[in-house]
Amino acid sequence: MSIRSQLLLAAGSVAAMLALAPAQAQETVKIGLILPMTGGQASTGKQIDNAVKLYMQQNGDTVAGKKIEVILKDDAAVPDNTKRLAQELIVNDKVNFIAGFGVTPAALAAAPLATQAKIPEIVMAAGTSIITERSPYIVRTSFTLAQSSTIIGDWAAKNGIKKVATLTSDYAPGNDALNFFKQNFTAGGGEIVEEVKVPLQNPDFAPFLQRMKDAKPDAVFVFVPAGQGGNFMKQYAERGLDKSGIKVIGPGDVMDDDLLNGMGDAALGTVTAHLYSAAHPSAANKEFVAAYKKAFGQRPGFMAVGGYDGIRLIYEALKKTGGKTDGDALIEAMKGAKWESPRGPISIDPETRDIVQNIYIRKVEKVDGELYNVEFATFEAVKDSGKTKK
Amino acid sequence: MTTLFTILFDGVAYGMLLFVLACGLAVTLGLMNFVNLAHGAFAMAGGYICAVLVNNQGWPFFSALPLAFVSAAAIGVALERTLYRHLYTRSHLDQVLFTIGLTFMSVAAVDYIMGSSRIFIKLPAALEGQFDFFGVGIGRYRLMIIVICGLLTVALQLILAKTRFGSRLRAAVDDPRAASGLGINVPQVFAFTFAFGCGLAGLGGALSAEILGLDPYFPLKFMIYFLIVVTVGGSSSITGPFLASLLLGIGDVAGKYYVPKMGPFVIYTIMIVILIWRPNGLFGRAAAR
Repeated sequence: MSIRSQLLLAAGSVAAMLALAPAQAQETVKIGLILPMTGGQASTGKQIDNAVKLYMQQNGDTVAGKKIEVILKDDAAVPDNTKRLAQELIVNDKVNFIAGFGVTPAALAAAPLATQAKIPEIVMAAGTSIITERSPYIVRTSFTLAQSSTIIGDWAAKNGIKKVATLTSDYAPGNDALNFFKQNFTAGGGEIVEEVKVPLQNPDFAPFLQRMKDAKPDAVFVFVPAGQGGNFMKQYAERGLDKSGIKVIGPGDVMDDDLLNGMGDAALGTVTAHLYSAAHPSAANKEFVAAYKKAFGQRPGFMAVGGYDGIRLIYEALKKTGGKTDGDALIEAMKGAKWESPRGPISIDPETRDIVQNIYIRKVEKVDGELYNVEFATFEAVKDSGKTKK
Repeated sequence: MTTLFTILFDGVAYGMLLFVLACGLAVTLGLMNFVNLAHGAFAMAGGYICAVLVNNQGWPFFSALPLAFVSAAAIGVALERTLYRHLYTRSHLDQVLFTIGLTFMSVAAVDYIMGSSRIFIKLPAALEGQFDFFGVGIGRYRLMIIVICGLLTVALQLILAKTRFGSRLRAAVDDPRAASGLGINVPQVFAFTFAFGCGLAGLGGALSAEILGLDPYFPLKFMIYFLIVVTVGGSSSITGPFLASLLLGIGDVAGKYYVPKMGPFVIYTIMIVILIWRPNGLFGRAAAR
C-alpha cells in the first residue's frame, strides 16, 4: 500500500468517526471515571467506584432521556497515567465528563485537558485547595483540607487546648493541614510547642512520638496519609501518650471510617473535624449506609460520599440542561447546585466551583461494639478558606 | 538521661527487627552468592499468614509466630526447588531480573487476595503498652522483639560455627566441587539454607506488622533497608549484618529523635560513610568471590 493510499484511508476513517460521533452522543452520556483501583490509594478508588455504582442502581441509568455509561480506568494514583487515560477517554471514547481523581497530582494532571476539551472534570476525592483554580471546568464534590484543618484549629483554641505539638507527613496535603491548623489555632491564642514533619514513607513512628511525649503538650495534631493512621494510633498508645493525658486531634482523614475499626481501642477519644461520619444521624445517611453495607459488605467512608455526591452532581446538571452535554452549559448548571447529601446539606459555590459543606467535630466512641466517629458539634456551610483568603 | 535510654531501647528493638528480616538475605547473598531481591516477599507472606491465623482463625499470637516461620520456609523450599535452582549458575543480572519480577508478582497477588489496605495483627493484651523501668519507658512488644531476636542470633551463630551442618554449609560455599567430592549433598544444603532464610524473613514479617505496618507493598518498601543492612554489614558472616542492623536501628531512631528534620537521611549517611571507609562492609572479606 502506498503512503498516499494509507493517508487517504486514515483521513477517511477520521471523517467516518467524526460523522458517527454526534449520532452516538445523542443516545448516551459517557463518564470517564479515573480512579486508583490498584496501589496504595486503592481503597479510595474502590469506595468511589462502589458509591457511583450504588447511586446508579438506586436512581436508574437514564437521565433526561440519556443513558449514562461509566467507563472506569485505573491510574494507580500516578499522574502520568491519569493524563494519558484522560486523553484517551476524551479523544477515543468521547466522554462528556471526566471524574474521580484519588490524589491531588492526578486531578492537576487532567486539568489542562478539561480546559482544552471544554468538558467538566468532577473531582471526587483529591483535597488540596488549588485544584479548582487550575481549570474553569473543575467542580469538586469531596472536600479541602483547609476546611477541616481550620475548623479543628478554631475548636481546639476555644476548648481548653493551649499547647499543641504537631506531627504531619511531609507532603503537600500534610503541609496544607499543618499551615491551616497553625494559622487558626495561633490566631485563637494557642501555642505550637513542637513541630515535626515525618517522611511520607515512614516505617516507625517511635522516635517522633517520644519527642511528642517529651514536649508535654495538651494535644497532638496529626495528619498522616490514610493507612498510616492505624500504626500511629497503636504506637501512640504503646508509648503511653494516652495515659499522659495528651489528646489526639486532627482533620478527619486519619480516622477514616474505612480503617477505624482496625485501629483498636487506642483510637477512643480522638477528636477530629471532618465532613462525614458513617454515624451521621440523618435519615438520608442511615439509608445510604444501610444500602452501601448491603451491597458491598462494609461501611462507607468519606471517599464514598465524595463519589456518591459526584455522580449525583452529574445527574442534577444533566436534568437542568435537559440532557444537553455542552461543557459550558453543564458547568453553569452545576454552579449553585445544592441538596441534602448523606453527609448533610451541601452546595457548590458558584464562584469557586468548590464544595460548601458542614464540618463536624467528632469523637471516637464505641457504638454497638464498633468504633465510630460520633459528631458533637457542627460548623455550618464551611467554604474553602484556602480561597476565601485571597 | 532516661530519654536517652528509651531511644537506645527503641533503636535496639528496631535494629533487631531489621536483623531478623535481613539476615536471610545475608545468607543467600553472602553464603550462596545469589541475589534474592524477592526476600521481602517471604517476609510479607509470613506476616499475612500470621495475620490471617490470628485475626480470622482465632489462633493465639504466640502459636501463629512459629507457623509464620514454617510456612514462609515451606514457600521458600517450593520456589527454590522449582524456580530458584535454575538460576544459581546464571549471571547476577538474570537473578536480579527474575527476583524483582517475583516481587512484583507477589505484590499484585497479595493486593488481589487480601486488599491493599494496611492490616494489623491482634495482639494479646500482655504485649500492649509500656512499663517503667527506673524511669526508662520500655515497650512490652519491643522488649519481646529484643528477646526473640537475641535468642535467634545466638542460635544462628552457634549453628553456623559449632554444628556439623554449619561446617557443611561453609564448606559447600567455599568450594562446592570439593564439598560434593567429600560426599556433601550441596544442593540439599543450599535448599535447606534458603528455606531457613525465608523462614526467618517470615517470622520477621509477622513481628514487624505492628511496628512497620503490613501492606502489599512491604517487599518494595523495605527492600532498600534489607540491602543496606547486608551491604553495611558485609555478607560473609552473621555478626556483620547483626552489628550493622543495630547500628542502623539506633542511628535511625536517634537521628529522628534528635534531628527530626534530618531524620530520614541519617541511615543513608551512616551507610555512605561506612562504605567509603570499608567498601566491602564492616566485616566483608577483602576479596569478593
